[in-house]
Amino acid sequence: MALGTSAFFYRRLASPLHATRAGVGATWALALTAATIILFHPLLLLAMAVAVIAAGMASGVGPALARSACTAAIVAVPIVAVNVLVSRQGLTVFARLGDLGPFGQGNLTVEAAAYGAVIALKLSLLIFITTLASLTVDPDELLRALRRLSFRSALTASLSTRMIPLLAADSQRVAEAQRTRPGGAPGGARGRVALLAAILAGSLDRAMDVAATLELRGFAAARLQRPSRRSPALSRSRGRVSRFSRHDIAFTCSAAAVLALALVGRIGGSAGFRAYPLLDVRIGAQTLALCAALMAAILLPFCDRRGIEP
Amino acid sequence: MNPILSFENVSYHYPGAERPALDGVSLELHPGELCLLASLSGHGKSTLLRAASGLVPHFYGGRFAGTVRLGGLDTREHGPARLGAIAGALFQDPETQLVTSSVRAELSLSLESRGHGPTAVARGVEEVALALGIDALLSRSVHELSGGEQQRVALAAALAGGPSVLLLDEPTSQLDPVAGDELIGLLRRLNQEWETTILLAEHRLERCLSVADRVIALDRGRIAHDGDPASFLDWAGEAAPDLQTPGAKLFALSGLRPLPVGVRQARASLREQGLLISSGGVPAADGEASSPRGSTRRLGGAHRAAAATGSRGSAEALRMRGVWHEIRDGPAILRGVELRMKAGESVALMGRNGAGKSTLLRHLAGLLEPSRGRIECAGRVALLLQNPGDYFVHERVSDETSPQALAAAGLAPLAARNPRDLSGGERQRLALAIVAGDGEAPAVLALDEPTRGMDRAAKRELAGILRARAGTGQAVIVATHDPEFAAACADRAVLMADGRVIADGSASELLAGGWYFATETSRILGGAGGALLPEQGAELLRRGVALEAVA
Repeated sequence: MALGTSAFFYRRLASPLHATRAGVGATWALALTAATIILFHPLLLLAMAVAVIAAGMASGVGPALARSACTAAIVAVPIVAVNVLVSRQGLTVFARLGDLGPFGQGNLTVEAAAYGAVIALKLSLLIFITTLASLTVDPDELLRALRRLSFRSALTASLSTRMIPLLAADSQRVAEAQRTRPGGAPGGARGRVALLAAILAGSLDRAMDVAATLELRGFAAARLQRPSRRSPALSRSRGRVSRFSRHDIAFTCSAAAVLALALVGRIGGSAGFRAYPLLDVRIGAQTLALCAALMAAILLPFCDRRGIEP
Repeated sequence: MNPILSFENVSYHYPGAERPALDGVSLELHPGELCLLASLSGHGKSTLLRAASGLVPHFYGGRFAGTVRLGGLDTREHGPARLGAIAGALFQDPETQLVTSSVRAELSLSLESRGHGPTAVARGVEEVALALGIDALLSRSVHELSGGEQQRVALAAALAGGPSVLLLDEPTSQLDPVAGDELIGLLRRLNQEWETTILLAEHRLERCLSVADRVIALDRGRIAHDGDPASFLDWAGEAAPDLQTPGAKLFALSGLRPLPVGVRQARASLREQGLLISSGGVPAADGEASSPRGSTRRLGGAHRAAAATGSRGSAEALRMRGVWHEIRDGPAILRGVELRMKAGESVALMGRNGAGKSTLLRHLAGLLEPSRGRIECAGRVALLLQNPGDYFVHERVSDETSPQALAAAGLAPLAARNPRDLSGGERQRLALAIVAGDGEAPAVLALDEPTRGMDRAAKRELAGILRARAGTGQAVIVATHDPEFAAACADRAVLMADGRVIADGSASELLAGGWYFATETSRILGGAGGALLPEQGAELLRRGVALEAVA
């Protein structure tokens, strides 16, 4: 079960990103997400994609990122195809499909293909960043921080993350059991519905058991309780505990740098990209420098591997 | 002294149930007691624990009468959340008791829920982790833990709030013998050092009777016996033989008294009576002293003849040749496994959690493909996985398999019932009927931990079914943590560790010579004569007694 279903869930590994506190890791991922949304230049996006994949490898989650590339490909290919088919704004035609009736002339343009590819690249990058964040940021630590705002909401979210692998394991187990029936799993629509109902019934049993455990752990009492007032000693100890580690500082700086570089690229014009009506991709020294700076900003925190063991 | 837990004439019906799950139960538990709950399945152990924790009736509903007080609080007036500060609970399935993603978060949860500040939470987590020896696991994800580790973490989570009472429902049922013994030892330590009151429900009484101060036996929801372990054994011998431990049965069959509560007491008693020689063996029928461990001498009827090589046929039913199971970017789960089974042979597959037993069975059934090596079978392999409920996809028993298969399993009278309403033993029989089918009989019948949560009567019945199937020429292989069940159903035992077969021999050879993977009878007798079951041991002792008398 563990090997089959936990591949896409957080595990504490020995990497600088895992060693940062969850808040910093999440902020870093948010900065990368913002940069992806801000930037449109394909070379810069490509540089970021390479850097994110390298970051995944440095974090020990390369294989999982490679699997998420399959998901990205499933999303990217239709985006490019649809954009080529529906966009009418480009001028450089590379194929003519003739009259498509109510859709007009079916002229496929290079510009539409390029724009579709950029959007697909942005989406793929977002998938990589999300995967990387879900594998390297401790959800419990993150949600613990949210508990100050709403204990119940945070715990419910935390539970959901726990139930997913549990239910995945249950489904896998039921499917395996059905495969060992002499005639295989029940076939046809009726058989599938019965199977689904069995899995659902099992998941409800699971949910009941987990709910009973939560009751016993005092979850229902949580709203009635207030955290005890901090003593002066506690305040001092919190001050000591909350000091940023070298990795926290590095990834905070990295997040700030990535965001700043993205803004500089967008506002300064060195990340300029225009698809329609004619493709205009400027690649100058500034763009190349920005690529190098972005990659460095993303990857430099991974060079310091001191104190990363769990 | 005021009781920490008291039941006053408590009766309880689950919603829609006609028969009460608890019927006029009155008892008192005092601080520092370690009390064992004993009964057959479905006779009220779990319900009593739920009532003690407040889950009954607050969580499960139903009709409740009488009064339960925990730490002076009436459970009708206070819910499980409030009562959880006084009593921690640990149930069978560790997976459903871990509700967050990391071990540290799990241990923090109950403290945070009860409003403790960060310092108190951090200190509480650290202390309970150190006390239970799981400090190295604190940063781990719960997905990565083994069954034994999960159970320890669940116990730590239950203890994190510093409860005065621990309520445990078959906490060792999913653990291998080593992890099970460790957990019982841990409970004893908590009881002795922290004076934690423990109420422990178990089927395998031989595992924990020696550490208990008191035993409460339930029969159809009523208290049938309440006394110390020795008086319980005397009572069980007369009134509930299925609750008798193997050691007690061995003594009873041999006409020896007092009935022992554990191996140590049994051996001391044998020594006192001159039946145990200093080397640890038992005087044998021919007057020779047997070796204390690994004895394979054949004595009278105690030893099952022709065990290791299959007795009922020479045709090969199964052959595994150098089977490897290597996970991409992961470990090797099986490492060059070689295994042969003959038709009619029954094999017990044993080993610690994670040794590779379940993976091996999955390979036999074709659920997994070896990364190297070959598996040859004389016919179909029927595999019964750990949870029989996973096979049930219909609302009626009759829809799950053919009438012939149901009749053969003795389940025809239950055809109209919902499979999920069957008892543990009936569910196991139905699942077995489903996988075995009614067409061509499988050449190999494989079962993965079929006795989880089963009482001794259901185990005996299942062992009989498996023996009967082996008698028809099917090769039977059972992965089990239960040496008593292995001894009852298998002629041969295979011990696995780290994906390898590390020992393979007759059951009497393998299960008589060790400590963890050994029956209680063999541990009492020091492995003498290869006696595994009380009947075999009693025969040996009777002969020994006669010899002593003559001498």
